[in-house]
Amino acid sequence: MTNAIEVRALRKSFGRTQALDGLDLDVRSGEVHAFLGPNGAGKTTTIRILLGLLRKNGGEASLLGGDPWRDATTLHTRLAYVPGDVTLWPGLTGGEIIDLLGRLRGSRSAVDPKRRDALIERFALDPAKKARAYSKGNRQKVALIAALASDAELLILDEPTAGLDPLMEAVFRECVDDERQRGRTVLLSSHILAEAEALADRVTIIRDGRTAETGTLAEMRHLTRTTVDAELARPAVLDGLPGVHAVEVNGTHLRCEVDHTALNDVLTRLTAAGVVALTCRPPTLEELFLRHYSAERTGPGARP
Amino acid sequence: MTFSALAGTPLAGTGALARLAFRRDRIMLPAWVYVITAAIASNSYSLNKLYPTAAARAELAASGGHNPALVFLYGRMWGDSLGAVSAWRYGVWAAIFASLMSIFLVIRHTRADEEAGRLELVGSAAVGRLAALTAALLVAAAANVLLTVLLILVLVLVGLPVAGSVAFALVITTCGLAFAAIAALAAQLAAGARAARGIALGVLGAAYLLRAVGDASGESGVSWLTWLSPLGWTEMARPYTEDRWWVLVLPLALTAAATAAAYVLAVIRDHGAGLLPDRPGRATASAWLRGPFGLAWRLQRGTLYGWMAGFAFTFAASGAAAKGIGSLLGGSTQLRNAFARLGGQTAITNAYLAAIMSLAGLAAAAYATSAVLRLRTEETDGQAETLLATATSRTRWGLSHIAIAVLGTAVLLAVAGLAAGLGYGLRTGSAGPEVAKLLGAAMVQLPASLAVAGAAVVLFGLAPRASVAGAWTVVGVMVLIALFGQVLRLSQWVLDVSPFTHVPKLPGVAVTVHTTGAPLLWLGLAALALAVTGLAGLRRRDIG
Repeated sequence: MTNAIEVRALRKSFGRTQALDGLDLDVRSGEVHAFLGPNGAGKTTTIRILLGLLRKNGGEASLLGGDPWRDATTLHTRLAYVPGDVTLWPGLTGGEIIDLLGRLRGSRSAVDPKRRDALIERFALDPAKKARAYSKGNRQKVALIAALASDAELLILDEPTAGLDPLMEAVFRECVDDERQRGRTVLLSSHILAEAEALADRVTIIRDGRTAETGTLAEMRHLTRTTVDAELARPAVLDGLPGVHAVEVNGTHLRCEVDHTALNDVLTRLTAAGVVALTCRPPTLEELFLRHYSAERTGPGARP
Repeated sequence: MTFSALAGTPLAGTGALARLAFRRDRIMLPAWVYVITAAIASNSYSLNKLYPTAAARAELAASGGHNPALVFLYGRMWGDSLGAVSAWRYGVWAAIFASLMSIFLVIRHTRADEEAGRLELVGSAAVGRLAALTAALLVAAAANVLLTVLLILVLVLVGLPVAGSVAFALVITTCGLAFAAIAALAAQLAAGARAARGIALGVLGAAYLLRAVGDASGESGVSWLTWLSPLGWTEMARPYTEDRWWVLVLPLALTAAATAAAYVLAVIRDHGAGLLPDRPGRATASAWLRGPFGLAWRLQRGTLYGWMAGFAFTFAASGAAAKGIGSLLGGSTQLRNAFARLGGQTAITNAYLAAIMSLAGLAAAAYATSAVLRLRTEETDGQAETLLATATSRTRWGLSHIAIAVLGTAVLLAVAGLAAGLGYGLRTGSAGPEVAKLLGAAMVQLPASLAVAGAAVVLFGLAPRASVAGAWTVVGVMVLIALFGQVLRLSQWVLDVSPFTHVPKLPGVAVTVHTTGAPLLWLGLAALALAVTGLAGLRRRDIG
């Protein structure tokens, strides 16, 4: 499988601020890849380097097999981009901007009028309104429709749902799912974890300009703990078992977090004590995420 | 009254917003006030030098006061004292600048902030719905009060009578105040900052035309039109001759009425909406809107049309004023010399026309600079990011706006030449030859104007953060060198820095390869080299 985006040890500084400090990112062709990190982690800087808007200070970056800086113009015929903070030309209407962006991407990514109209309908956008009259959500829709209506192989979406209401967010998710079916590659930067969890094949979490973790959600869950919540016949003792954390015992009720390597041992002890009710919950992306960031806040080794 | 007493009312937060506005305008506001004050002071001072005797001023009043084109441009002259001549020459125009200051200030802190969403941010804090409007008006009022005080001070220092100076300062600043209120009203009517600014500037333009037509029509014609115009009131108060204080009631009443209307509308309209709806546009793009060049044209055409109208109007009137310019300047050897220096020759009519064409070149350079700097606006606002993420290369994007700057400048200079030629030719009865002559005289300015715009391209490419301030500084320095370079006896190499020093002073000098061809070629090449350097810089640097 080839990679649509390959980034190795990418570095970028603005004056004394080090925005990217050795970032790695691989996006495979045909996958939806979530690019996660809090504000200021370097998501947008990475995307801007990939678009040839910023020049990297070090490391390697390749986009659709080309150099994002040198081959910017030719590469851009094959991709569509939705910026995080969409600014449009106030005097142009939404419909004009959608058409203009399609034409500017070149014939290879031209806008198909039928798709365009269908998307306008789906997102409930009034295309005859001047851009200055649009709300943030509507501006976002204009950029999204322009990108989704194109025939580009790669979609780069920087926090695309930031201004959308829940209804439109649902429409957006359907659209991204459709794109996956059509075999397009999507790089989706976000800090909304539910969105990434629902859409992404693989996830890269970044922190302070570096990649903190990358892989499928299943792989990442594998590395982390499952929450076990049990109602038992008799109190059970888990003391001395490696890989068990945050044990709370309340009479016959037990709650703990378990490394996946220790799951079997824990369950053996629990069944020995007689299980009345049991829930095992894999960690949510949010928990994965918080683990990385609260570790950062409270110092290394701290637990969330 | 303290503003904390306003907590919970629609005016809550007015004080904080006003302080924020002062903070954001800490450079712009003093600059406006300073420029207007300095212009009035230096001009009154130089009028005193140019027409030192009562006899010289009487001659000026006799010719200038009856030259319809000058009356159209500046207004009626009511006396021949130094003060009356100053008020005639600069009163209306100072009032226009005070009005522009007020309009930009008020729209910036009301509608523009609302559009940008900043007011929503503060509106959700403990800020009342009328606070922004009130804060903007307070800031505008403060600016006009400051301007009044400074104007009185400098006018008295120049040696003009105190009562007349107070009247003169007040006619200027009450007009500014009236337009602050008109802008506040426009901000409620329009659906966006651009449209609001357009309405307020349109009212200002109409006010100028009303008074121009009223003044030029003479006593027998529709001279009452002047009374309908806030700019006309500045003359009707007749500072330094009669000091008709009661006329000041008119702008103050207009201010009160427009302010009251603005408040009524601000209460009934929704946040973000205007009372005049935005017209819906096309749902699909026309075939014209196809690439970066179509887009640049679409974005810049409105501004260009506005400049064209301004050029046509100004240069038609300036051209028409050329007839009889000799007798107008008759009383002042110094003024004759000044025109001869700026126009580069001694035959006074040709010198005047050449000077006017020099000014057209400078104004066109200002246009070209603003057209180039549109690139920077697109970059800081974020549209450039969207555009450059498409298959549009940086060079094509840069060239798209530079092309508009070049074509627009050429069109403006052609308009200046045609209008001046028609204005002068129709009065002398030989329109054809005059149009041809002045069209040529205007077009030779093109390479110099473009060289100034080239500096803006270089700054945009190599030092984007400094490009806006830097490019306007360049324009300002060129204007200073052209207008005051020789008066200030600057050394030749300083004068040579300005491309306009090298432009042949047409009409009037012989057109040869040496006088015309060579300098134009060099200036053209300089403009081209600057543009290429700037674009090369743009290709190398970070965007955003």
